[in-house]
Amino acid sequence: MADFAQTLVTALAIGALYALIALGYTMVYGILKFINFAHSDIVVLGAWSSYSLAIRLLPRLGLDPHNPTSTPPLWVGAVVLIVAMLLCSFVGYVIERLAYRPLRRAPRLNVLITAIGVSLLLQNIGQLDFVFGASPQKMPDLLPDWKLATFAFAEGETTRQVVISLVDAVIFGTAGTLMLVLEYLIFHTKLGTAMRAVSFNADTAALMGIPVDRVVSFTFVLGSALAAAAGFLYVLKYPGMSQPAHTIWVLLGLKAFIAAVIGGIGNVRGAVLGGFVIAFVEQFGAFYVSSNYRDVYVFALLIVILLVKPTGLLGSPVREKV
Amino acid sequence: MANPAPNPLNASWPSTVWHGLQPYAAGMVLAVILHFTLPGMVGPYYSRIVIDAGIAMILAVSLNIVNGLTGQFSIGHAGFMTVGGYSAGMLTYYGSLWLWDAPEKHGGFLGSGEWLLAGSCLAGGLVAAGMGYVVGLPSLRLRGDYLAIVTLGFGEILRVVLQQTGKVLEDPEALHAASWSDLLCPPAVGGAIGFSGIPKYTNLFWVYAFVTFTVVAAYRIKYSSIGRGMIAVREDEIAAQAMGVNIARQKVLAFVLAAFFAGTAGGLFAHESGVIISPKYAGFQRSFDYVIMTVLGGRGSISGVMLAAVLLTSLPELLRDFDQYRLIVFAVLLVGMMLLRPQGLFGIHEIWEFFPRHRASPRRPPA
Amino acid sequence: MTSLWLDGACRQWIRPGVWCLVAAVLSGCQPGATTTTASNEILIGHYGSMTGSEATFGISTDNGIQMAVEEINAAGGIHGKQVKLITYDDKGDASEAGAAVTRLVSKDRVVAVLGEVASGLSLAGAPICQENGVPMVTPSSTNPKVTKIGDMIFRVCFIDPFQGSVAAKFAREHAGLKAQKAAILYDQSAPYSVGLQDEFEKAFITLGGEVVSSQQYQAGDQDFSAQLTAIRAAGPDIIFVPGYYTDVGNIALQAKKLGVTSPMLGGDGWDSSKLGEIAGDAINGSFYSNHYSHQDPSARVQDFIKKYAAKHQQTPDGLAALGYDAARILFEAMQRAKSLSGADLAAELAKTKDFDGVTGRISIDAERNAVKPAVILEMKDGQPTFVTSIAPGT
Repeated sequence: MADFAQTLVTALAIGALYALIALGYTMVYGILKFINFAHSDIVVLGAWSSYSLAIRLLPRLGLDPHNPTSTPPLWVGAVVLIVAMLLCSFVGYVIERLAYRPLRRAPRLNVLITAIGVSLLLQNIGQLDFVFGASPQKMPDLLPDWKLATFAFAEGETTRQVVISLVDAVIFGTAGTLMLVLEYLIFHTKLGTAMRAVSFNADTAALMGIPVDRVVSFTFVLGSALAAAAGFLYVLKYPGMSQPAHTIWVLLGLKAFIAAVIGGIGNVRGAVLGGFVIAFVEQFGAFYVSSNYRDVYVFALLIVILLVKPTGLLGSPVREKV
Repeated sequence: MANPAPNPLNASWPSTVWHGLQPYAAGMVLAVILHFTLPGMVGPYYSRIVIDAGIAMILAVSLNIVNGLTGQFSIGHAGFMTVGGYSAGMLTYYGSLWLWDAPEKHGGFLGSGEWLLAGSCLAGGLVAAGMGYVVGLPSLRLRGDYLAIVTLGFGEILRVVLQQTGKVLEDPEALHAASWSDLLCPPAVGGAIGFSGIPKYTNLFWVYAFVTFTVVAAYRIKYSSIGRGMIAVREDEIAAQAMGVNIARQKVLAFVLAAFFAGTAGGLFAHESGVIISPKYAGFQRSFDYVIMTVLGGRGSISGVMLAAVLLTSLPELLRDFDQYRLIVFAVLLVGMMLLRPQGLFGIHEIWEFFPRHRASPRRPPA
Repeated sequence: MTSLWLDGACRQWIRPGVWCLVAAVLSGCQPGATTTTASNEILIGHYGSMTGSEATFGISTDNGIQMAVEEINAAGGIHGKQVKLITYDDKGDASEAGAAVTRLVSKDRVVAVLGEVASGLSLAGAPICQENGVPMVTPSSTNPKVTKIGDMIFRVCFIDPFQGSVAAKFAREHAGLKAQKAAILYDQSAPYSVGLQDEFEKAFITLGGEVVSSQQYQAGDQDFSAQLTAIRAAGPDIIFVPGYYTDVGNIALQAKKLGVTSPMLGGDGWDSSKLGEIAGDAINGSFYSNHYSHQDPSARVQDFIKKYAAKHQQTPDGLAALGYDAARILFEAMQRAKSLSGADLAAELAKTKDFDGVTGRISIDAERNAVKPAVILEMKDGQPTFVTSIAPGT
């Protein structure tokens, strides 16, 4: 029982992160119909810029970032998060403007290759010595090590504890808030209506006077901001950060993309659902079946879902037009 | 002065067979010339790049059958390559142990060992083709990016599964003592470290023999009724269906053919000196390389894709002196290329179609 | 209008054939940058992962090698000639490693090759060195197969069977542990980790222990809670984690959060100041086997640490130390050798005996492997502290 509860807590926290990243994929796909392979590198940028900010900010507060004696005040985390989100939004905007916009009318495959190129570029710039370097680093603790709730389970003679720590709650809370904000933005504002219109049919939207280019840029800004938040929360939970060019980041992005596909790509609520589904399958599969095939579960689930319901769990069926 | 082309229907059968074999014969001659002159001219390092380029050509040209001709989108091509490489490697490695009691190279140019290589590569191709059939099936239900993600998933699953394989049996005694199940479930191919010890037979001759085989076959497929059917599927599935093209068959066939050639290339790759085939190769990164080649070459253009394969193989080597900036330069060139020439090097045309007098050729409408 | 000489069926194949040849020749005839070799220089090559997932390891090793090169050049070089190091990146890819080594031995014509960290890549490069008669010294490939490739291939680190049995012996016999039940958590994508866990498991069972749980992860995984929860359920006395420090830090942090109290035990892949930094107090009380102890008061070790820290603003990890030693053993053999031909150099390398390296007193045995004692270190307050030393063959 304790093991089940523990796996549940982890799956919920990771699911929220997958969902945040998946949102970026799904929004871009919904509007431009291509897989933005560089999205995972925005997550990396979010994670590593948070790190760079934190180790520069902490000494000013009189704290040693490598050997902290006490945790910094909570606003430090908030500042780091916001600055990272702004930075990533800017980078996302620049990428869209320079690399994707000129290809708006090109075959989608080309945009995809460009995205792979941009991704390669970001990775290899990131690991240069004067950018982030190629060694793993430790994200300084920005949150106190509080235990919010402790559940004790008696199992035989021993008692096992399941702890919900502040980090998990912060991840869940921040991710949840951001998702609610996004939900409001997309379904209850004029800009969101414009986004949905462009996603539905860009040409018609343009005829209706919607500035398509600006809406697309805004989508990238929004997606990148969410990715930055995900990157920040990710390194809060897993402070041992892999170096920027590590394949693990790409794999993280892939899983998030799969989450978006499973939920029904282009569908914002589907991406959130998919994120949690993926996290649950991965965590419970690794624990109850075998950790050897952890990544296999995710891909196998994807294949099964696509074969049974090709448009994803919440995707609407597409009609063939003749 | 133009001689009329012999009409195959009226020609006697030896002449038909000869016409069918001509290109292969010419390719073999080219391969032999390359094999005996190139290493002397440019040394082992550049010869090696030429070998790598040849293998990349086979992979890119075969992927082009799926991505370029049929318009499906596979990013799991390295998976087929790896399957072929492992199968071919198993055949030559354990075959050599069984036949000659040692996994070392056996026989010289065109010796028994090299024929074993050729046979294994073809067998590796067949195993990969079987895998291609399985992976091709979802393409009946899925299209575009969804299919891409499934093929990508195939590669990743393969990577993890290959990591779980058993240890390589090192000597003939162990092989004779082993039962089939020791050898095959799980396959004794080395797990995460990769399959080391495969005899290194691959040379310029065999690579370019297989390049000839692949290119001529791909070229003939492109201009056959099968290829036309594939192009029809690419351009408009519904219209193709209305014209009587069996869409399901074309798609699966494209996957099977592409996987077969990729498997042979994998066999050559596994036998190249300085290569240990390992599960990593099945992952998405290598598949991306080949997708990039097909897009850069132009969809469906065999000569364009070949040129792109050569460029993309030699470029990172030529950029070696840039050190850490090597891949940054590479990425910038890639993005720049896509922005400046989005249709790829040659678009949908073959390279010779750019010489105006051949454009009018009635027999070869651009595909 | 058709051309005179291309017609009918011919057109079908001559053109593809011609382009095929042109393409092949183009790729071969690119003029590469030529490395100018002055006669007063000795070229040595290094191939390593300078980019990609394993870049950390390649860069550390390269830093170590470069320090050794600078030192020997400052001391007047070898027989009055300066040593020049050429480093090529292999992206952690075997076929790139093959290309890099081919270039080093056939185009740059280096006297000797250093590399790789990963055994899989050393296995790719070594046959090329062997074929061309160029000695290769690998700083840190621990798989036994590597040096079996031939008499040109050497190493300056332990091999897996030795380190695995040292760890098993320590786990069974150390007074504070006396482990009966062990759990294993290893990196299934890293040959190093797979090899080490294999040897540990064998040795531990031979010594009468029991392996209660064996879990796997992929290099770079960030979340280990599923594996650790399973291990917690099995209740082991010790957890053997033969991974690299990059992952072990995260494993330790999460083990602590999940309330896993068993101490962890690892191999030389743990050796980096980053480990203590990442894991903080979560790693305290864990042990690992290593080539040397940072606290070793000998001048050789302290000098190296000081110089490295001055240059790179961090304490050297094990890979940097091994790269440094590999280069120094090579230079020493060059000093002794009567010529710099591959055969002479290999013969001298094979004679290396009691070399006073940073990573211990190194002798090369008949199998061209390094023989040196292993030290067991315990993490205390984030610092590795010396516990015991285990000599080979005991």
